Amino acid sequence: MQILSLSSLTKTFGGLVAVAGVTCGVERGEVVGLIGPNGAGKTTVFNLITGSIPPDDGHIFFAGHSLRGLKPHKIVSLGIARTFQTIRLFPGLSVLENVLSGCHCRMRSGLVSSLLRLPGQRREERLVVDRAMSELEFVGLAASWQVPAGSLPYGDQRRLEIARALATEPRLLVLDEPAGGMNDMETMELRELVGAIRARDITVMLIEHDMGFVMHVCDHLLVMENGALIAQGPPAEIRGNPKVIEAYLGLDEDE
Amino acid sequence: MSAAIPQDGGRAGTLALTAAGVVVFAFAPMILRAAVGGTAPYWIDVLNTVGLYTMLALSLNVILGHAGMFHMGHAAFFAVGAYTTAILNLTFGWSIISTMPAAALAAGLLAAVVAWPIIHLRGDYLLIVTIGIVEIVRIALTNDVFGLTGGPNGLVGIARPKIFGFPVVRPQHFFYFIWTMVALSVLLFHWLENSRFGRALKFIKEDTLAAENIGVNTTGHKLMAFVVGAAWAGVAGTIFASRMRTISPESFNFSESVLLFTIVILGGKGNQKGVILGSFLVMGLPELFRSFQDKRLLVFGAALVVMMIFRPEGLLPSRASRFRLPAPWKERYGGGSPPAGRPGADGGGTGGHDAAGGNLAAGVNDAGGGNLAPGGDDAGGGAA
Repeated sequence: MQILSLSSLTKTFGGLVAVAGVTCGVERGEVVGLIGPNGAGKTTVFNLITGSIPPDDGHIFFAGHSLRGLKPHKIVSLGIARTFQTIRLFPGLSVLENVLSGCHCRMRSGLVSSLLRLPGQRREERLVVDRAMSELEFVGLAASWQVPAGSLPYGDQRRLEIARALATEPRLLVLDEPAGGMNDMETMELRELVGAIRARDITVMLIEHDMGFVMHVCDHLLVMENGALIAQGPPAEIRGNPKVIEAYLGLDEDE
Repeated sequence: MSAAIPQDGGRAGTLALTAAGVVVFAFAPMILRAAVGGTAPYWIDVLNTVGLYTMLALSLNVILGHAGMFHMGHAAFFAVGAYTTAILNLTFGWSIISTMPAAALAAGLLAAVVAWPIIHLRGDYLLIVTIGIVEIVRIALTNDVFGLTGGPNGLVGIARPKIFGFPVVRPQHFFYFIWTMVALSVLLFHWLENSRFGRALKFIKEDTLAAENIGVNTTGHKLMAFVVGAAWAGVAGTIFASRMRTISPESFNFSESVLLFTIVILGGKGNQKGVILGSFLVMGLPELFRSFQDKRLLVFGAALVVMMIFRPEGLLPSRASRFRLPAPWKERYGGGSPPAGRPGADGGGTGGHDAAGGNLAAGVNDAGGGNLAPGGDDAGGGAA
């Protein structure tokens, strides 16, 4: 069953066609890699899916909902969470508070119950700290819960961003270059983490340039070039696809 | 963990000091009468003014301090509250206390209407528009809008409040009335700050785009913060109207807005203790400087400049929230690891911003469970 489907999705910036009529689907429970050379339009596709920018044309359907015209926070509450290519944590806030920001959309307490600190609000506060700590433990950062996010090492910041996204209880997790800037050790750990996320029945869609990582982790690959989808299939098949080799992997093959 | 004991001791000490300060302050009218005799009512009145501005500044703090919206038109909502009370009391004979919810509602409603189209504006753009709001309200009042506001002369003969049948008339009556309301403001806004709603405002202030993308309705929360702050300013307006008995548009001009803005920025935006301290300094110091006569504002201005140079984050910068972990987590991670090296006395909550590398020392302790920034809190406890 497809959890996400894009149909003739198009986005232009001035004269530049960033995404040119992309049609594809993502199967539930898979880890899908979106790859392609720089400037192919991968991040734009992610921004369209998460509602950060509106499409010029085309549709996005997620679990039976059209995402047209929805604001990013609505899309998060439908079940799509993201991380950013350049880390966007709240650097001055503690690690725990960063994860609590993800819990926000699953909480109920409103203005009045917060102002008056009603019993239901206090119960929820206790539950949500528990929930956030579970996510921190899941990514292995629980011991640093009170440290300001900005002072974590780079790889930990990446993992914290994932924990924050997981706290929104997503059905689809969208990761923009999760291994970017990580060393080999950290990349190995990330590989295990993505596997663990998938074991929780969360569909993962990721952009990544580290081909070793992509080939290992992904069940299915989508390949973009100049805003268009040029190939898709399982990693083994993509590896041998001449169009892909020409557009992207060819550089490696020549060496 | 070895550092935990002195930290907790320090916290208990600060709490005791704060409690002692509050008790002493509760007897301020008696103490003043014993100390200065005949001029005591004047000084109590000064404290009442400080209290009223504290209440206003605390409400502005929700908008400016917590949500980080540059709002310099708070006097507009104060005015709407005061005029709502005056009109309902004079024209319709409502009692002062019963006008309070109406004043809050009117101010909140105006805030919702004017903030709706401008809430997406950022920083200085929002600032300019909010200055416009306060001017529009003042000019509307001066021009006797709807024939209700009495034009430039304002409204005269507003009743005194009665609380459970007890008439609030003398300065010392108002002292307890106003400072009880200040205490209530502190409590409500403290709870608000440490809730889902308050955290959402913090996320918005830190990074609006990230907040929206992690599921926070940024527009809705900014709007609600605006309305809550305005409604509470409306309540302060009720108290103001019944204390002065006469209100006119000139009581709510732009300079009042600037004063409130100054209190929050100077005291430390986002920190209630800082805001209270700011009110005492901005509203109280000029009274103490009366002996300088014409030069008192000059002295005051110079003091402001110096303070902003040396404490750009305000006198008491906002600090990271404290969390207590539920039982199973506390046993595993409760103490955290005390970082190498102690932060300075003012290792404020925003210290982590630039520490992208590996420096754990910056704000770690502030984020932690037990300790307080020593110097700053003592100052806050003494002032309150």
